[in-house]
Amino acid sequence: MGETPDTIVDVRVEAAAKNRPVLPPRALRDVVLGVSDLTVSYGGAPAIRGVSFDVYRNFVTAIIGPSGSGKSTLIRCFNRLNDLVRGARVEGRVLYHGHDLYAPDVDPVEVRKRIGMVFQKPNPFPKSIYDNVAFGPRVLGMTDALDERVERALRQAALWDEVNHRLRESALGLSGGQQQRLCIARAVATEPDVILMDEPASALDPVATTRIEDLMHDLKRDYSIVIVTHNMQQAARVADMTAFLSVDVSPEGHRTGILVEYDETARIFTHPSDRRTQDYVTGRFG
Amino acid sequence: MRAALFRAFLLLSLAIGFVALGTLVADVLWKGIPYLDGILFTEAPSADPDQAGARPAILGTVYLMGLVLLMAVPIGVGTAIYLEEYADRERWYNRLLELNIQNLAAVPSIVYGILGLAFLVRGVGLGRVLLAGAMILTLLVLPIVIVASREAIRAVPDSIRHAAYALGATKWQVVSRQVIPAATAGIATGSILALARAIGETAPLLLVGALTYVAFDPTVLGAFTALPIQIFQWTARPQEDFKLLAAAAIVVLLAILLTMNALAIWLRDRYQTRF
Repeated sequence: MGETPDTIVDVRVEAAAKNRPVLPPRALRDVVLGVSDLTVSYGGAPAIRGVSFDVYRNFVTAIIGPSGSGKSTLIRCFNRLNDLVRGARVEGRVLYHGHDLYAPDVDPVEVRKRIGMVFQKPNPFPKSIYDNVAFGPRVLGMTDALDERVERALRQAALWDEVNHRLRESALGLSGGQQQRLCIARAVATEPDVILMDEPASALDPVATTRIEDLMHDLKRDYSIVIVTHNMQQAARVADMTAFLSVDVSPEGHRTGILVEYDETARIFTHPSDRRTQDYVTGRFG
Repeated sequence: MRAALFRAFLLLSLAIGFVALGTLVADVLWKGIPYLDGILFTEAPSADPDQAGARPAILGTVYLMGLVLLMAVPIGVGTAIYLEEYADRERWYNRLLELNIQNLAAVPSIVYGILGLAFLVRGVGLGRVLLAGAMILTLLVLPIVIVASREAIRAVPDSIRHAAYALGATKWQVVSRQVIPAATAGIATGSILALARAIGETAPLLLVGALTYVAFDPTVLGAFTALPIQIFQWTARPQEDFKLLAAAAIVVLLAILLTMNALAIWLRDRYQTRF
């Protein structure tokens, strides 16, 4: 972005951020995920350290930050997907409606039933479009009126009109953008409470990206959405709240992700209170 | 210049393989065609070459194939699933298991034969029966089935597993509904190739007591012979006509092998999942 005066944010980002609707006051917000003092380490080396913030119901919450700041690590704590990584260790607490997701008696399978996820690269199963969407309901035993459930999910993901005549064809024949909307349909088919999106549009072209963003506006009526993105315009366009992560380099050279600032999106992009946030959103860093 | 020389060397290498195989096939076909008739498939061996057939040997080979398939595939695929999806590689016993399987693949087949003779035929007291031969061939090809199945399972990307876990699937559901279906084509291909290896084996079967002269249809718990052994027996005879009969039996064996390899290639091209 070159030499930008440090008080001026990219005009498109700023315009988008200023267009955010007015949010309900803090007292009226429901906390879905309460993150407190969360530290995640892989094989002993911390990837993120001491992260605390609240995710609110029916909000889109963006997590932004430079590469290596632990955005994906953080979002993968919310559905215990880090459990699948060897040597991963999670300390601190993530309270989901007040229940600690990492309490010893919590089954990660139960967590993932309620907290769905869309990945960075579209990853449809090598099965038919129908079977992709029906997989979640089937493994969870929600097989009553399965056809209707699949149709509803595909409609919610704005994909129904494009695929309703070829539900039995392989999902691998869809375009990248369609595949990603299929992954969203797959995630909403089990009616989770929260949907996590890990850079859902980073592998897509601008048109497909716009469709995904429009979708998020519709989906947040029914779901709480947490999205990781390194596209600041995207965060400014879709997110109600934005968390900025940065990389903290210790004197020994260890790089750890830390939460610098968490606030309403409009504030993060126009009047951030931390110098590091300002440097990042004005393009002087990262 | 160097490039041209290298090219010539490559072509020569290729030609040696092709010419050798071509000559062999042509020779066998030329000699065997007159004896490739109904008698070969319907009659038992006989002292008269014009009356002699390989029916017990062909049936023996078919039974062996069936039994090896029934035993090697479930055990091999099960081992592969354990090693790829469940085993913790940091544990010494899992590493030992892997090392063991790699070494087993390199053990000469005659050693399996000795094991079969000592353990199955004498130790367990199974006797010189078809089942003992099938069990030894199963052990022989098990490492091949395991290695091929592991590769097929490893080719299923983690993104598929993560997607299934993220939808609330249990480990068993992820493995049984996503990983195994996606790996089936690779597992089937590897299993067929392993089976093709098994039906060409002679040495271990001789040791566990396959007979060289069997005039009756084999049973699972009875005496038996197989095609490679019948071929071996016929070629050892002094009469020229039996050598031609052996050529005809070789054609049958080659036809079975080529059909299986073709099936493996077809399966791979038709059903392999590309991610």
